[in-house]
Amino acid sequence: MSGVEETSNEPVNVKEDKEFDVEAEEHIGDDYFVDPTRYLFYRDRKEWADLEPVPQDDGPNPVVKIAYSEKFSDVYDYFRALLKNDERSERAFALTAEAIELNAANYTVWHYRRVLLQALSKDLREEMRYITAIIEEQPKNYQVWHHRRMVVEWLNDPSEELEFIADILSQDAKNYHAWQHRQWVIQEYKLWDNELEFVENLLEDDVRNNSAWNQRHFVISHTTGFSDPAIVEREIQYCLSQIKKAPHNESAWNYLKGMLQDRGLSSPPGLLERVLELKDTHCSPYLLAFLFDCYEDALENSNQKENVGEEERKETLRKALEICELLAQEKDTIRKEYWLYLGRSLKSKSGISSPSDESPEPSVPASGQQEMS
Amino acid sequence: MMHGNVHKIAASRCIENWFRIESLTSESESNRIVRCQEIPTPHKNGTKDCIVYIINTITCSPAQCLDASRPWLCFWILHSLELLEEPIPAAVASDVCQFLARCQSPTGGFAGGPGQHAHLAPTYAAVNALCIIGTEEAYNIIDREKLLDFLWSVKQPDGSFVMHVGGEVDVRSAYCAASVASLTNILTPKLFENTTNWILSCQNWEGGLSGVPGLEAHGGYTFCGTAALVILGKEHMLDLKALLRWVVSRQMRFEGGFQGRCNKLVDGCYSFWQAGLLPLLHRALFKEGESELSRQRWMFEQQALQEYILLCCQNPTGGLLDKPGKSRDFYHTCYCLSGLSIAQHFGNVDLHHEIILGREENRLAPTHPVYNICPEKVAQAVQHFLRLPVPDVNKQPAASAGDRPEDSASTSGSADHQS
Repeated sequence: MSGVEETSNEPVNVKEDKEFDVEAEEHIGDDYFVDPTRYLFYRDRKEWADLEPVPQDDGPNPVVKIAYSEKFSDVYDYFRALLKNDERSERAFALTAEAIELNAANYTVWHYRRVLLQALSKDLREEMRYITAIIEEQPKNYQVWHHRRMVVEWLNDPSEELEFIADILSQDAKNYHAWQHRQWVIQEYKLWDNELEFVENLLEDDVRNNSAWNQRHFVISHTTGFSDPAIVEREIQYCLSQIKKAPHNESAWNYLKGMLQDRGLSSPPGLLERVLELKDTHCSPYLLAFLFDCYEDALENSNQKENVGEEERKETLRKALEICELLAQEKDTIRKEYWLYLGRSLKSKSGISSPSDESPEPSVPASGQQEMS
Repeated sequence: MMHGNVHKIAASRCIENWFRIESLTSESESNRIVRCQEIPTPHKNGTKDCIVYIINTITCSPAQCLDASRPWLCFWILHSLELLEEPIPAAVASDVCQFLARCQSPTGGFAGGPGQHAHLAPTYAAVNALCIIGTEEAYNIIDREKLLDFLWSVKQPDGSFVMHVGGEVDVRSAYCAASVASLTNILTPKLFENTTNWILSCQNWEGGLSGVPGLEAHGGYTFCGTAALVILGKEHMLDLKALLRWVVSRQMRFEGGFQGRCNKLVDGCYSFWQAGLLPLLHRALFKEGESELSRQRWMFEQQALQEYILLCCQNPTGGLLDKPGKSRDFYHTCYCLSGLSIAQHFGNVDLHHEIILGREENRLAPTHPVYNICPEKVAQAVQHFLRLPVPDVNKQPAASAGDRPEDSASTSGSADHQS
């Protein structure tokens, strides 16, 4: 063996022995003298010799070529071979794990793995352990979460889910896939009991976590609902208390409005006043926008009420337009176009005329100019 | 203040080279391409020099992670080039067609790569890419009958669509389905039965739309749901006021760009997903009889968005990105440019008002806010496919989205397998 270095004695001796010792070769096997932790391509594995690898058919002039590593090409050449034969075997199952590790977004591999899980009656508890590990490594991938959902469904066992998802959320409290899985588990298996507490803990950690505010809305709307005035009052108090702690937290303001908008912002009595109280010490563009929404709501509803005088409506409109102007020109200028539009729109819809009517853009199309088709 | 150029030619060369690395090595000195494994020192006036970024071939490299998204790469790149008004060489266009043909599944729809199962996302990307190319060859690649079969195979009784047979449901799928069905003229009311109501159920307390009912409002999903409804002619059924309030609130007052969700960070790609909603809403409100809409501007701060994209989202060697500090990729290049186009162009063919920040060279081509390909390409494709008959397929939605052992693993299944 001329290529062998003189300094390494043992391999030389061993190889020479192997060359002449036929019987030893039969007992020992090919890999004996090779580092057992060394990676072997599938094309070099004896147990795979019966399968002809299928190279990728990119065609004669491929575009968007990916620079595959040798390992990647080898694994996927054999994956394609298995797929072509629709082989349902342990070795196929093992290979899917390798293919997944190389590209966890390959949904074809995941589909095949699921077919094998069922065809081979694989241990789904073990699959849960597997998918737990994969998600921990790659929590922002669609396929891994869908796979977990399938396994949970097959097992009909959600018992690990809330804790697992909580762990993922502890690493990224806004992971959209995690929240999606959580909502599915809770709804499917009716695990509502402790979720409001879970949400409140998250909001303690970060009152600006919009995903947690959404979960709050999700839990309440599917349990007590928002019709009960006691619940609404509790939520208003919760919001206002969070707002006092963090006045520029848009989530809290959005939640307050979102909770009330179906029934009307003027429906809880005294709400406008409670918000006005905050105006001097806890002002924000969101507070002002909320006031605008209250005034707009009052105008819309006062259309039906006869006891609201014209003067009162005029005053409400004036206050609303004043806020639009303040937001557009000073407090929320990034949304200037929007606030100006809202002002024009509100004025036009209110049916209240004013002596100094001067809209910057005419509402009647000028002749010759066509509007958007 | 000097506003950064998009370095249009450098950007487009960078993108174009991705198609065929080998063929360009014979170019002259002025078009010298440097193959490298990391981004070298940027050339200051690098409009002629091209730098090709080759992803390292290590396990789990970003490129390998896109092995199931190759039609996306075609779309991101082709759309970026069309926005930059860089012509696609005929040979490249033809090669893309032939490649996408290999991504088409025998059971219909397009897959992430040759030999993979069909999936609505690469189907959307492939159809868009072919429509950008816009040749007879490109249009003829699409097997319309099989495509309709595929759409039926992923349709759910509740109106939603799974992304692929045995896959997950979310509102992206409705958009992908509506987009390809409308462009290729295979859309029937039955195909989208209940879809409108399902999408509407994704509008939440925030005013935006979530991926599935109950979740947080999110820019990507909001765009998909809204654009799908526009295609179906049902956008008026949304609470447009609440949606408008939500989306305008997603523009960051300091950065100028858009965030994807309330209280999250800015990201260049939302320049399209979020800002792209404003043209859709403008049109929807107009159709509702809104008389106070501006005739010059969208209801977001167009200049601020252009500033964010040009000043913060460019890689000096070409390509665009999420935010400073992030690396470039073709997805962000496509969507930052798409958002820049939205911010530059108000109106439509009849009423058009441009606001171009910086030099005239920064002007991009306009993009269609529903399909995100150039409006001429939309019109041309629609016109082509309208001459063909709608395939006659009498189908029921797939009963379940499961992976069953009796299904062959090598096919994506079809509606015929369903009980």
